[in-house]
Amino acid sequence: MANRVNTEPAAASLDRPLLLTPGEDLAGYVGGLAGRLVLFLVAASSILAVLLIFAFIIREAIPFFFQGEAEGSALRHVLDRVVELFGSTKWYPEADEASEFGALAIVVGSLYVTVTALVVAVPLGLLTAVCLSDMVPFGIRQIIKPVVELLAAIPSVAYGFFAVLVLSPLIQEYLGVPTGKNILNAGLLLAIMAVPTIVSVSEDALTAVGRDLREASYACGATRAETILRVVMPAAHNGIIAAIILGMMRAIGETMVVWMAAGMAAQIPSPWWDLAQSVRPLTGTIAQEMGETVVGSTHYHALFVLGLVLLVFTFALNLVTEALLGRMRRQGGRIA
Amino acid sequence: MRIRTLERLVGVVGVLAVGTVAVVLAQGPAKALLVDGSTTVGPIADAFAEALMRKDPSLSITVKKTGSGDGAKSLVDGLCDIATMSRFMKDKEYQAAVAKGFLPVAHAIAMDGVCVVVHPTNPVSGLTSDQIRGIYAGRITNWKEVGGADAPIVATTRDTSSGTYETFEGLIMKGEKMAAHVGTVGSNPEMHDSVATTAGAIGYVGLGFLDEKVKALTVNGIAPSKKTVASGVYPVSRPLFLFTRGYPELGSPAHTFCTFYLTEEGHEIIEAKGFVPLTNY
Repeated sequence: MANRVNTEPAAASLDRPLLLTPGEDLAGYVGGLAGRLVLFLVAASSILAVLLIFAFIIREAIPFFFQGEAEGSALRHVLDRVVELFGSTKWYPEADEASEFGALAIVVGSLYVTVTALVVAVPLGLLTAVCLSDMVPFGIRQIIKPVVELLAAIPSVAYGFFAVLVLSPLIQEYLGVPTGKNILNAGLLLAIMAVPTIVSVSEDALTAVGRDLREASYACGATRAETILRVVMPAAHNGIIAAIILGMMRAIGETMVVWMAAGMAAQIPSPWWDLAQSVRPLTGTIAQEMGETVVGSTHYHALFVLGLVLLVFTFALNLVTEALLGRMRRQGGRIA
Repeated sequence: MRIRTLERLVGVVGVLAVGTVAVVLAQGPAKALLVDGSTTVGPIADAFAEALMRKDPSLSITVKKTGSGDGAKSLVDGLCDIATMSRFMKDKEYQAAVAKGFLPVAHAIAMDGVCVVVHPTNPVSGLTSDQIRGIYAGRITNWKEVGGADAPIVATTRDTSSGTYETFEGLIMKGEKMAAHVGTVGSNPEMHDSVATTAGAIGYVGLGFLDEKVKALTVNGIAPSKKTVASGVYPVSRPLFLFTRGYPELGSPAHTFCTFYLTEEGHEIIEAKGFVPLTNY
């Protein structure tokens, strides 16, 4: 037996009957079906989780628009709530009858810290990625890239402590501003947290462009700078944009650092460019207030509305990233 | 051989298990007490629980710190035996309790002062409660308006669900809303650190969190001290409460817990935690 297996290819096990009995046939069919079903359910579980999260947050957010005494029709009441939420900056959720739920300053606060983080992280991350993919020897890249990625492994509360105890006094001292817990502080730390994502994904995209394009460029007489700027980066642009959006999602969804470092004042900075003022981003507001609000109160549902705004925002960003990465793959680039 | 050893082992374990169960049964069920509520009263409740459990090992006391509002809610819902609260029950909470068929009983166990603090380098040494309200409402934004240096005021408040916030809000703000530029922190230590590291800061902490890194202001000319807080003369002082469903049965664990502040040991614990005892040993 053993000899036969050794000397002849697998197809030669001719002693097996070619026709299955109906029982065997059925068992094989059902078994295959059950196997597929189990695998499908496992694969679908994460989709199910996303759908359930959406359903749960929407269910908890909806009552916000219907609670309280309606002046006029119900539709008018819902519209009033929407207008207050996105048009007013007065966030006084626990003032009993005089409560106000204007989240404009909170949404704007999230945008402020995120944009500040990107302004710092995108140049830093892209330059690092270009340097790693096209300039330093492979051996050095193999050391630097894991170290940069290690930045992503530091717990965000550690960054938060750094923000409060080190960066905040430094900002006060060197910029002479009244408080060190501000947009600049939170933005700088979010930038540090977003850099590993941006470096890792865009370096993969740049490397995926391949040697042939680079050598063709050099053969045409282009310098290294021209090759990188005119050939490699345009060829990798989908991956680079995806990297930036992923970094942006990291920044906008981060909670602990902005809670500790942004100062948590529900205001829109005035003048608009003054990064030394405190803001109160969405994530920090939810984290700070959800713990002790009364379940079922308008405040509780309002916090879920904020969560929904955040979720819709990151979901939209995620879809854009997927589309861009998909296009990059179709264009023949490979991404690790 | 091996099986014999295994059998013996199982036998020994079995005997031990039966023995343990018997001992536990002989002792009777552990007397469990669930305490929930204020983050301010929490440290006192923790220390009370520790001291009482040391005296009576059959006692099992769990202390949760979720905030005065949540404490009242879980007392009303029957989820805890004692609610620790840094304010008196609100009318709504009282009504909810009566609707559930019991009368909440308040046990005042200590006094707490909410001290208005600034950075130690700040030349201002006292404010009136109107001035403090003006600062938090955004009418006063520079220290020179209240006799200090020409520097912007960085006002910091607590999260709206903390008991310290509620006391400050009720005794100082009197219904007026805080300005949007007022920053928020989530705990007494965080407030302390925030004020200690910011030259133009003003904030407020419990009396127990005062030290040399921050400077306590006089309010309406009265300095926060154990004496002024205990007598209620200091304008931002408040009693701390334990609430029970009806008066606890004499000698029950809840009764022991609620009267522990009267003992000398309880007095010492309250003092050690930075609050002001109502007793005078």
